[in-house]
Amino acid sequence: MARAPLYEEDRDLKLVGSRPLRPDGLEKVTGRARFGADVSAPGMLVGKVLRSPHPHARIKSIDVSQAMALQGVKAIVTKDDFNADSSDRNILTNVMARGKALYEGHAVAAVAATSATIAKKALKLIKVDYEILPHVTDVETAMQPGAPLLHEGMITAGMDPAPDRPSNIASRCEFGHGDVETGFAAADEIIERTFRTEATHQGYIEPHACMANVGPDGAGELWCCTQGHFMVRNTCADLLGVDVSKLRVTASEIGGGFGGKTTVFIEPVAMALSRKAGRPVKIVMNRDEVFKASGPTSSTVITVKIGVTRDGRLTAGEAELKYQGGAFPGSPVSLGAMSAFSCYNMEHVRTIGYDVVTNRPKQAAYRAPGAPMAAYAVESVVEELASRIGMDPIELRLKNAVSEGDKSSYGPKYKRIGLTETLEAAKAHEHYNAPLGPNQGRGVACGFWFNFGGQTCVSLNINIDGTVALAVGTPDIGGSRASMGLMAAEELGIGYDQVRTIIADTSSLGHNDVTDGSRVTFASGLATINAARDAIKKLCARAARMWGIDEEAVVWEDGHAKPAGENAGEFEPLSLAQIAAEAEQTGGPIAGHYETNAGGAGVSFATHIVDAEVDPETGRVHVTRYTVCQDAGKAVHPSYVEGQFQGGAVQGIGWALNEAYIYGEDGRLQNPGFLDYRIPVASDLPMIDTVIVEVPNPGHPYGVRGVGETSIVPPLAAIANAVSHAAGVRLTELPMSPPRVLRAMDAAKDAGTASKPQAAE
Amino acid sequence: MQYQAPESIDAAVALLANVSGQARVLAGGTDLLVQMKSGMTEPDLIVDIKRIDGMHAIIEEDGGYRMGAAVSSAALNEHDGVATMWPGVVEAAELIGSTQIQGRCTMTGNLCNASPAADSVPALIAANATVRVAGPGGTRDIPAADVAVAPGKTSLSAGEFVTSIYLPARPAHSGDAYLRFIPRTEMDIAVVGAAVSLTLDDKGVCVAARVALGAVAPTALLVEDAAAALIGTSLDDAALEACAAAASAACNPIDDKRGTIEYRTKVAGVLTRRAALIALERARGHS
Repeated sequence: MARAPLYEEDRDLKLVGSRPLRPDGLEKVTGRARFGADVSAPGMLVGKVLRSPHPHARIKSIDVSQAMALQGVKAIVTKDDFNADSSDRNILTNVMARGKALYEGHAVAAVAATSATIAKKALKLIKVDYEILPHVTDVETAMQPGAPLLHEGMITAGMDPAPDRPSNIASRCEFGHGDVETGFAAADEIIERTFRTEATHQGYIEPHACMANVGPDGAGELWCCTQGHFMVRNTCADLLGVDVSKLRVTASEIGGGFGGKTTVFIEPVAMALSRKAGRPVKIVMNRDEVFKASGPTSSTVITVKIGVTRDGRLTAGEAELKYQGGAFPGSPVSLGAMSAFSCYNMEHVRTIGYDVVTNRPKQAAYRAPGAPMAAYAVESVVEELASRIGMDPIELRLKNAVSEGDKSSYGPKYKRIGLTETLEAAKAHEHYNAPLGPNQGRGVACGFWFNFGGQTCVSLNINIDGTVALAVGTPDIGGSRASMGLMAAEELGIGYDQVRTIIADTSSLGHNDVTDGSRVTFASGLATINAARDAIKKLCARAARMWGIDEEAVVWEDGHAKPAGENAGEFEPLSLAQIAAEAEQTGGPIAGHYETNAGGAGVSFATHIVDAEVDPETGRVHVTRYTVCQDAGKAVHPSYVEGQFQGGAVQGIGWALNEAYIYGEDGRLQNPGFLDYRIPVASDLPMIDTVIVEVPNPGHPYGVRGVGETSIVPPLAAIANAVSHAAGVRLTELPMSPPRVLRAMDAAKDAGTASKPQAAE
Repeated sequence: MQYQAPESIDAAVALLANVSGQARVLAGGTDLLVQMKSGMTEPDLIVDIKRIDGMHAIIEEDGGYRMGAAVSSAALNEHDGVATMWPGVVEAAELIGSTQIQGRCTMTGNLCNASPAADSVPALIAANATVRVAGPGGTRDIPAADVAVAPGKTSLSAGEFVTSIYLPARPAHSGDAYLRFIPRTEMDIAVVGAAVSLTLDDKGVCVAARVALGAVAPTALLVEDAAAALIGTSLDDAALEACAAAASAACNPIDDKRGTIEYRTKVAGVLTRRAALIALERARGHS
């Protein structure tokens, strides 16, 4: 069904686009803000989880008798304390192992005790009889016939005919159009390369934390740090076998999520413990648990082949993507396969993806899930093709960039989009034309993200003093309360400070999808605008009643109700505060509401420019300059848009240079801590420059597009391109850690294939 | 677990000598507390030495400096005398942990933790530092190089602990330097560490040198061949090349998550050469 454009082109925005302080800022800097671990209740117990030390083992028996006998232990739960008929078997089995432990760190049992010391002691007294099984953690090894099978009956979905034997390949997907062989035949140059990326973690500073207070009937409350408390409520109700109405979930402030808090881990466990103990139970993961037992993203192997004509037309693109998503199906390979060639208008394109299970923690979403790795592979080859045909890399991309009306590589035709505008912004930027120093290289790359809409429900209440309480159901992970306040104030014609936005609990609003897919400023914003418009209708009706005229004869302008024209009568305009003060006499409280399953999110594109310097003797990479040019549609709060641009770039720098899940031969994670899992520290980073490009999204009244995820799509490739130019050799494996870079440089030197550093060209 | 904070060396020795079970000495605690929290160690007795007289003092002695075992890196860093005489040692101690950790961590703790990657240890070895050990049998002085014997193991006997570190006096035209390689810019553990201390004569010829490496063997190494390559030269390219080659040749590293054998061996040479050049610069400026 075609959707009428919602974009109001002639709208003159007064507040949207300004940079007021965020409403949660003061509480955060003064320490008053309450995060996941900050909620307590009288009689509260400490919950701890017993985790498998083995990457793959059959659980023959669990004996909790000794642990239960320890003084201070109030409850112990295992798989039998969860709803075996749950609708999501994978989540059910991930939160508590059933039959087999599928990865090191897989929850096997949990204890609630009166102190952390007793709970720890009790964990040691639980006797688990494991039969150790062979394990596999590498994606390609897991795909081999004869590899240890995680799920004995798993037959690859999406194959015709279906395979007759089970494997670790959960599914195959395919996207594209045209005929790639025809496209390659028309090419003058073809490059095919295979790229590897390691699993990385979102690296949020706040570990998972929750506090459950559940009665023996399963009814109760949960406070937790999450990107989606409605999801938590629905999933926990399912896993515990209770009605959704019986659970009320409140989202705490969140110390980072980046997609990793869009599912449940400890929340149903705390609830099961609380139900059994009859007392409140708090569980807080330590960092080791966060690394081993939350949801990092996939490691991947991607082969890309692209053809180009001498004059710079991309004739065909083909990619095979293999993503391991840990112990259960659900890696984001299909999003990678859909987005791989999304930046280019190509007649012939085909991508094939494989979702593979391994003995690693079940992956969770990580900022534009699946897309950065695909963009890394494709944009590396595009950059190399540009060098091969002697064309400026931005020029080559401009020649092939998708624009409105083009068919995307994943199917639909694009509406109005801004890729070309981001490329033009990059090309015109002083950074792109600045000289490079010795041992430095410059890389560029483009990136794309779909952006989501989804189910959203908002309430806007007019208070008696004329201030506004705005209740949204999407946890604020990037300054969205400020953006919502701006949009509500914009519509109502009042000051930003007069609107207070809160994240309401699950019993106060209808269902809201998780804060993900860069959807909140778009979808909750759309709902906020419409809730404000709903309130305005009611405010006008109250003014009409106060004046004794028809509702239709009242208009809303600059925060006031006014008679629509001379025929309506002559009345002094009534402010929102004046109408609110009379509300009791004119019909009671005034509130606006809006519910939607928002479509029209509007995809977004970015172009990044990176300068990197490589130490030729140690292989160490230093990112010396970084510029992000991204289409925001309309930046509601430019500071937080810039923050999203910078944050994506920084996470990309970590992923590109040093972050990696390192597994030993024993299938155990060797670096479950921030010492050896190296996210960038402040001194590793240059200032990240930003350019906000604004090409309006037709699907939003102000033209807003999501901005949170696109920013992590180009960095892997942009940095790899910069490092490859500086090192004089193409790097095809992430992270580009010093030993890897030095080895590649030495090998190229030995083979005589090293090219000159870019600065010397 | 018992926690004791004695106020004299003798009392501390008595506690350590008479413990049944495992005893650990607490100075800054930046290794010990982390180990306890992670469950790596569960000592029966902790002896906090910070209340013992002299443990926080830096005093001049025979033209050099004696530093109490509980002197924090931050305090050391602000001591002009040590920083001028032994800039390489101070810059090595300054690399331990982060700004917050610097306020607590000590070089003595760094030495006695016996990690092969400890930052201050190669610098202390290159400086020919000695440590004073108190124990049931009295007091003895040993070279800093003799404290660690294996990863996590020291040569100290039951009841013994280090009370101070001594940095000797310096002839004119001397300089030292420490460099470590880490993938990031801070908050990391050395993949390779290299310390060089040297003395020049009036003509700029190297008359004495000591070279030490960290993170390339089970303990920090004194590399005499690398020092020998510098002595008698003015640190020309050939001498530096020979020094780097000797440093690489002395390496006996492992492959692990932080680096490969091949990588550590190569980078040890690179860092040794770079550290030698910094030490040379300092020696030229040091009258």
